[in-house]
Amino acid sequence: MSLPFYVSPEQLMQDKAEYARKGISRGKSIVTLEYGGGVLLLAENPSTSLSKIGEIYDRLAFAGVGKFSEFDQLRKIGVRYADVKGYSYSREDVRARALANAYSQAIGEVFTREMKPLEVEIVVAEVGDDRLAGHENNAIYRVSYDGSISDHQGYCVIGGTVESLQSYLQENYRSALPLGDALKLGIAALERATNGEPKVGAQNLEACVLERQRPGRKFRRLSADELRGILSP
Amino acid sequence: MLVRSKYSGSSFSELLDVEFPHLRFENRLLQALPPVGLVAGPSQAAPIPHGTTVLALKYIDGVIVAGDRLATEGYRVASRDVQKVYTTDAHSLIAIAGAAGPCIEMAKLLRIELEHYEKIEGDPLELEGKANKLSQMIRANLPAAMQGLVVVPIFAGYDPRRRVGRLWKYDVTGGRYEEAEFEATGSGGLYARESLKKSWRQGASRDEALRMAVAALLDAADEDRGTGGIDLQRGIYPTLSVCSASGIEEVASTEIAQIHRALLDQRRGAA
Repeated sequence: MSLPFYVSPEQLMQDKAEYARKGISRGKSIVTLEYGGGVLLLAENPSTSLSKIGEIYDRLAFAGVGKFSEFDQLRKIGVRYADVKGYSYSREDVRARALANAYSQAIGEVFTREMKPLEVEIVVAEVGDDRLAGHENNAIYRVSYDGSISDHQGYCVIGGTVESLQSYLQENYRSALPLGDALKLGIAALERATNGEPKVGAQNLEACVLERQRPGRKFRRLSADELRGILSP
Repeated sequence: MLVRSKYSGSSFSELLDVEFPHLRFENRLLQALPPVGLVAGPSQAAPIPHGTTVLALKYIDGVIVAGDRLATEGYRVASRDVQKVYTTDAHSLIAIAGAAGPCIEMAKLLRIELEHYEKIEGDPLELEGKANKLSQMIRANLPAAMQGLVVVPIFAGYDPRRRVGRLWKYDVTGGRYEEAEFEATGSGGLYARESLKKSWRQGASRDEALRMAVAALLDAADEDRGTGGIDLQRGIYPTLSVCSASGIEEVASTEIAQIHRALLDQRRGAA
């Protein structure tokens, strides 16, 4: 076989990034919001069994957009990472920053080394615990397809049409909202992505919370009935 | 990070075996075990030493699991307030008897195991599946058990599919036996079982079943030096957990104290 034509590294990276972005933009966005009682993660998801949001550990949650098989694999890797860490040290040693960094390393390595980059964007959210001095604050990290990592305060959006959602949240987000208001705000933001079509409601919404006051495992998935209860005036 | 993990299943202990064998406690235990005798137990001469008494019994809404608080090192007290009943998830419990170190480790590992499975798979294991997993973990401990580090727990929980409380006892080889009424194990297990044999009845209420459990622990502590009674001076009471459809409730020590007092009064009156 002959040697392939020369491609500049710059061009190569650009092509990969474009490929990954294209894959991600096909999916729906996910909104992560800090509210009064913890952290809320919201995704438009017509499927009730294939989730985009998952529990990682006591105070940690995961959300992913893009190719399901890829981000679900990342979620499982996160669960393994967290459980091993919690087993060998203490449950309180499992923190979002370390996990997000590990994700960043792993995704970045795939981006540079492999032919095909991961078509994913993920969020790692951590809820604070008032009983642990120094651990009171929430944390939200976003890791992109190329491994770039950023931390966010208040809210974070991942997925295809991030800009319009972000600007909407920038205008309307307030801190320490009650859960119901945070849910409505999140839904209004998600509807931005599709110009309100189709409507986002309890039937096609995946909503999970990390509840600050909950003892032990703070992750909880809100059922459709519960969502209807909160959303109906 | 484990992007190219060799292990892709849903079991935490198997993950440790494949990826982190140095974290497996059985592996380390076996490397440096002296002959039998190091372990907790009231009698050095006993071939299989037990340090503790734990029991489980069914009642009308589910199952009650109880244990005393004493850990012994030969004839000495190792700890007066050790915990022997552990919540493994929202609807199951493990009560441990045997060598304290591996026992507590196994309880901890089982909890992570169940939680890990639930997170990876998206659904919790069935109660039977949880009991079976524990069986495999005890079997993995068999070489250590042969050297005296025995782990013989009771596993109990509420089965939401069948809407009943269920309980299992185990032997050192991981043999798993479902019990229909009650079970007690550990050094005072025999006496506790004898006590429950007289008091247990089908369809007992929560309060009635709690009285049976406290009475059984009291009888075990009376006959067996390895079992701790109720320590009024330090305020140390046995652990009693009630598991039903609504979850697990740890009985408050004030309530245990009340049951205990009533029981003593009753026995005094009878004498």
